[in-house]
Amino acid sequence: MMQAEYRAPTSVDEAVGLMAGSGGKGRVLAGGTDLLVQMRAGMQVPGLIVDVKRIAEMTSIVQQDGDWRIGAAVSGAEIHDHAGLRAAWPGVVEAINLIGSKQVQGRASAGGNLCNASPAADSVPALVAAGAVATVQGPNGRRAVPVEQIPAGPGRTSLAPGEIVVSLTLPARPKGSGDAYLRLIPRTEMDIAVVGCGVNLTLSGHNCVAARVALGAVAPTVLLVEAAAKALIGSTLDPASLEAAAAACRAACKPIDDKRGTIVYRTKIAGVLLKRAVAIAAQRAGKH
Amino acid sequence: MSKIHVTTTVNGEPTEFLCNATDTLLDVLRDELRLTGAKEGCGSGDCGACSVIVDDRLTCACLMLGAEAEGRRVLTIEGMAHGDQLHPLQKKFIEMAALQCGVCTPGVLIAAKALLDRNPNPTETEVRFGLAGNLCRCTGYDKIIRAVMDVAADQRETAR
Ligand SMILES: Cc1cc2nc3c(=O)[nH]c(=O)nc-3n(C[C@H](O)[C@H](O)[C@H](O)COP(=O)(O)OP(=O)(O)OC[C@H]3O[C@@H](n4cnc5c(N)ncnc54)[C@H](O)[C@@H]3O)c2cc1C
Ligand code: FES
Ligand code: FES
Repeated sequence: MMQAEYRAPTSVDEAVGLMAGSGGKGRVLAGGTDLLVQMRAGMQVPGLIVDVKRIAEMTSIVQQDGDWRIGAAVSGAEIHDHAGLRAAWPGVVEAINLIGSKQVQGRASAGGNLCNASPAADSVPALVAAGAVATVQGPNGRRAVPVEQIPAGPGRTSLAPGEIVVSLTLPARPKGSGDAYLRLIPRTEMDIAVVGCGVNLTLSGHNCVAARVALGAVAPTVLLVEAAAKALIGSTLDPASLEAAAAACRAACKPIDDKRGTIVYRTKIAGVLLKRAVAIAAQRAGKH
Repeated sequence: MSKIHVTTTVNGEPTEFLCNATDTLLDVLRDELRLTGAKEGCGSGDCGACSVIVDDRLTCACLMLGAEAEGRRVLTIEGMAHGDQLHPLQKKFIEMAALQCGVCTPGVLIAAKALLDRNPNPTETEVRFGLAGNLCRCTGYDKIIRAVMDVAADQRETAR
């Protein structure tokens, strides 16, 4: 087998240049918790491994004008230890921290979770609900892409050849906002979501004035469920509105049948998790 | 393709090695540096038998490339005792029979050290979640959990 090459550039420009020059054989290495497993299984045979963890912009967390910019390669453990980010976006942080064990958390990044493009990726519904925007850089420069537009199908992204996700920006949100992410797994740790649900909402008094809802593991990509958000916005999160939002979640599901859950089960659980995640997000919103 | 020259620190010792781009840190530790305490149980991040601490973060050595160790600090089970003086976790594991075949033990001890270094006063639930990435086929976990809780209690006692 041809030996791969390993490079650890210190700037995004350099990383993009290496990827562009690799003739499609380059793979970005963030935490490696997907990439190394896939390489070992022979599913990925990179000619060039581009380790992005020496790039400051991709490994730092910065707050600016109320926005939070998380470097795409920041590990779950570092995100966990960031008190400011945890207070500002508890749902996003808890979703990232659900990934794997403490060992996996030491390495796994949100950028890797997103670019691996698993429909069951835990951080992605929370990021989509948050309205996160990915900063993407490639041979043609930089562009901003809403996170929900990155996954294109299981294991596939919409990134052009040579493009890298540099960071994920969580936009400032008004006072009275809260977010939450819940997943259902058959065990309590170390399993893949049967369904995941991210909710981000803003309350004004008792009224819900803004909401975003996203579902994971119920379709080929994570879904932004606008109909569910519509059912919540303008309501007081009363039982009828919650049921309408849950129904919208169920209607959005296009899941697979597998050993983890049947189509009927996944669809039903999507509605259940929506109601529970809304309750947590609303409680957090009340505290802000 | 020529090999990659890596300069790093392993268990406090400045260390150099040569590796291929796709060699894992676990390959390097076991086959180059002859530190065979970290085990390969699965090679896919599921069992924790390969656990090491890199720059104060718990990591599966099977999910990290050897080349990534450049300039980092790696702690393996071989660096846990001070000379003949076993680490309190190691002593307690022997005392409380928190191991049987011992294959998982180096990883469990490293993970338990990482846990207590960050949280000297963990609840049982925190210990169970903290060690959820370490599989053990023998003990049924209970003795492991109790040994870690005991060490935490001892250390709080001495710190007082
Ligand atoms: C034991 C175990 C348990 C796990 N449990 C969970 C779980 O509970 N939930 C879950 O969602 N996942 C889980 N995973 C999967 C994995 O840990 C996550 O998907 C993780 O977030 C991947 O991040 P990483 O930084 O390790 O990515 P890497 O493995 O480094 O990269 C993943 C993929 O994305 C590409 N990539 C990475 N970063 C970028 C970038 N910035 N720009 C462009 N492409 C990029 C890589 O080339 C690769 O194809 C688990 C994995 C293991 C081994
Ligand atoms: S060998 Fe690394 S986790 Fe099992
Ligand atoms: S003691 Fe045998 S695997 Fe844990």
